[in-house]
Amino acid sequence: MNSLIVKSPGLLTTIQDLGRPGYGAIGVSPAGAADPVALRLANLLVGNEPGAAALEITLLGGTFVFPEGGTVAITGANLSPTLDGQPLEMWASNPLPPGAELTLGPTKNYARAYLAVAGAFQVKLFLGSASTHLLSGTGGFEGRALRKGDILRFSAPPHKIQKRRVSQSLLTSLKPRKVLRVTDGPQAGQFSPEAREAFAHQTFRVTEESDRLGLRLEAPPILSPESANIITEGVSLGAIQITPAGQAIILGVDQQTTGGYPKIANVIGIDLHRVGQLRPRIDIRFERTSFAVARALWIERERLLNSTEHLFT
Amino acid sequence: MRCCAASDQSVLLYLGEEISLATHERVLKLLRLLQKDPPAWLRNVQPAYCSLMITFDACRVDHAEVESTLRQFEQRAESFRQPKSRTVEIPVCYDAELAPDLEEVARAHNLKSKDVVRLHTSRPYHAYFLGFAPGFAYLGDLSDQIATPRLDVPRKKVPAGSVGIAGKQTAVYPFSTPGGWRLIGRTPLALFQAGRKPMELISIGDQVRFRSISRKEFSQLASV
Repeated sequence: MNSLIVKSPGLLTTIQDLGRPGYGAIGVSPAGAADPVALRLANLLVGNEPGAAALEITLLGGTFVFPEGGTVAITGANLSPTLDGQPLEMWASNPLPPGAELTLGPTKNYARAYLAVAGAFQVKLFLGSASTHLLSGTGGFEGRALRKGDILRFSAPPHKIQKRRVSQSLLTSLKPRKVLRVTDGPQAGQFSPEAREAFAHQTFRVTEESDRLGLRLEAPPILSPESANIITEGVSLGAIQITPAGQAIILGVDQQTTGGYPKIANVIGIDLHRVGQLRPRIDIRFERTSFAVARALWIERERLLNSTEHLFT
Repeated sequence: MRCCAASDQSVLLYLGEEISLATHERVLKLLRLLQKDPPAWLRNVQPAYCSLMITFDACRVDHAEVESTLRQFEQRAESFRQPKSRTVEIPVCYDAELAPDLEEVARAHNLKSKDVVRLHTSRPYHAYFLGFAPGFAYLGDLSDQIATPRLDVPRKKVPAGSVGIAGKQTAVYPFSTPGGWRLIGRTPLALFQAGRKPMELISIGDQVRFRSISRKEFSQLASV
């Protein structure tokens, strides 16, 4: 059995996979990686199942020691990873010698990096998933963020892992963007034309009050509809709700499963991983698109991610 | 029935436009039927007072197909016979030290604390749905005599087992989480336990009764 020892955990490092959809009726949030595309690619690079358990490292990295070595891949935000002091290639598989020390620094661009090991971390599953849900303290490693001294186990495969890199064309197509595409939310029609106009054209700044539950945005207030108090209903990932004070909130992976604020729009499927990469003080805008376009883009992306021959060089 | 796209991968299905037991009965029936016979594209169902949010696999189906399938389900659901609802009793200690907002709630309604307790324990509640956190059941309807709005500023941490009220709803916090409901007591029971069957103490559609217990009984039950 191989191990990873947490020498320093960084700001917020948790175990995540692709989450646990399907338990809405008992109040369980799907959770899962905030950038599921980066998590899938990190796993595929080291020969794991795409939805295996990996580390999600937020804004500021930590230091991890591998006494028995292993093979790792780091994807997502660039936290300037180094291996024993030397820069480590991101979006690629990297062999680690026994005793290797991996260090990640502060983010250069986006919010979250993913670290996968060949063989995948072994943690107890909760409702079929390894994802940590911090609000309820369930899943992942003891239901919490990693701390100094924690030891994670993984069983490295006996064979050598082939060196792989994510292809440049795929990296370009996944590039974070500051214009997120949205479709109309269920209450879009209740907002005034002026409010919808403002939503479509103004710039929003991601505030410090942003985490896996949601991103709170700062902008001139969007006027809520007269009948702003809707009856509490289920909410979808990437829904953009407007509070009575006119603040926009994009719901994230750890979202509460229900809510009573009107939703003006919803980020489309293929841009959801980009929501997970937004960090405070970044300015974004929204661009309206149709359900048909959103669906076609989603199908194309899924086809690409499921056909490994085009992913790597 | 009204069907409305919520995102490129989900729809909201409204079975009524008001909070009522009759509408909720239709929500429950459709939920049970979807759980019993889930279409291959179904990813998640989130029931609420009068709606279900349905998440689907967009690689398999589009909104139109989901809507037409759901309409067929809704028709079948009409003749679906529900099992009789369970009654769940929740022991609650309403002592001041476990009920930080009880006195204020009483004062706001010109009542004594013991009147609030009497009113809270005097009727059965219907579990409309679970949301917010695993096992958190929205229960209604609270007596108008003690209905109280949420706190202006939510607490950063509410102890697990806390019994809260907000508007005409009441609920128990399964985990220590942030929370804005007014806390009027605490139960020693675990509202959600992985590995238990079912994991949630209160399920959607249950009848719930609160029973007042002493501090001593609370400690005894808590140590079990």
